[in-house]
Amino acid sequence: MEKLDQIIARHPFMKGMKADHFQAVAGCGRNVVFSEGDYIFHEGESADHFYLLRHGRVALEVSVPGRLAIQIQTLEKGDIVGASWLVPPYRWAWDAKALETTRLVEFDAICMREKCDADHDFGYELMKRFAPALGRRLQAARLQLLNIYGTAD
Amino acid sequence: MSGSVPEKNSLTPQISRVVGRRVEAENVVTLWLEPEGGGAWPGSPGQFNMLYVFGIGEVPVSVSQCASDDGPIWHTVRAVGPVSAALCRLQVGSTLGVRGPFGNAWPLDTAENKDVLVVAGGLGLAPLRPVVRHLLKHRQSYGRVAVLYGCRSRDAIIFSDDLKAWTQDDELELLVTVDRADQTWGGRVGAITNLIETQRFDPRSVMAMVCGPSLMMRFVVAALASAGCPESSIFVSMERNMKCAIGQCGRCQYGPHFVCRDGPIFRYDKIEPLFRIADI
Repeated sequence: MEKLDQIIARHPFMKGMKADHFQAVAGCGRNVVFSEGDYIFHEGESADHFYLLRHGRVALEVSVPGRLAIQIQTLEKGDIVGASWLVPPYRWAWDAKALETTRLVEFDAICMREKCDADHDFGYELMKRFAPALGRRLQAARLQLLNIYGTAD
Repeated sequence: MSGSVPEKNSLTPQISRVVGRRVEAENVVTLWLEPEGGGAWPGSPGQFNMLYVFGIGEVPVSVSQCASDDGPIWHTVRAVGPVSAALCRLQVGSTLGVRGPFGNAWPLDTAENKDVLVVAGGLGLAPLRPVVRHLLKHRQSYGRVAVLYGCRSRDAIIFSDDLKAWTQDDELELLVTVDRADQTWGGRVGAITNLIETQRFDPRSVMAMVCGPSLMMRFVVAALASAGCPESSIFVSMERNMKCAIGQCGRCQYGPHFVCRDGPIFRYDKIEPLFRIADI
């Protein structure tokens, strides 16, 4: 059986991370599996975790009363899931739902925040890895707003 | 790339008949055309014809399927103005005028032995559909083939039958994403640039062919360059309001180029200085 350290090490998010930082991250992680249709987290709940997506697909959604939920983005193998744990008040901004059987590594965000506070080098390393991913998502969200295909809504 | 402006009759529409018609999406129709009296319209992937609705006007429309043993030439039209709306209203048996083919073709010869990324947005899949068909027909001549297709929503997706077939075809990787979806969609949701981030290729041996609205192409080209694709390996199809189609009237002037004569396919590094200039 593959060890959790080996699984985590293969994820693109961890590429090139120093050994002591790697151990700090891996020490807060555990494997989790969600079945199709399961919610990983709900909007407004406490953002106590973040995830590395190993297998499967996840939709970030917003529920709308009286309508089907609107999907904002889908995530797949190699992506990170969840960034609200980084920013007070640490509440999920969206729902996250597994679109198929989905395997992730779940990290205890409280543990991670404590480690970031205790070791700013570690915290900076983590921020350097989250910031590009969040930047790409912000850019992508802007493109979705722009209607770059020029079609009528 | 090879220009192929016809020597004869380049300004005289030839009578053609609609022999097939398919609604692709709301306000988007594909017409199958044959010359009156038989034969087939020539045309290579990337080229366009001028389609003339009698009494209304003429517009350029790219080839969405080259005439071949499989059947007649296809043109896919979105109703955005009086002429294109009239084209979309044509039915099987209707006649129209056709001039062409005009412009250059996608550089399929240059792409041989390379990985090929086909990146289409919205109706931009139409000029690239013959490219994908060619790549599949001559599969052994190319490296890895990926087709990345982005649309506003599932309702705007065109060539659904082709996409379904390509999904099941092991010879290429097809990734489709939409900007907006509800829970019934089941596919990817997000910007088309997200799809480019998933692609791994050797920068020394890759060619990207991109077609879509200009705004989409700007961001796609930037994402391709960020992913390591050399600008000299990116080809884009420029859309302009062509009129004469033979480089005489100047209607489609794009900096020092006439899109109808020098394009519509351009190597990106040749037009990069023009790409972000507003009002050009």
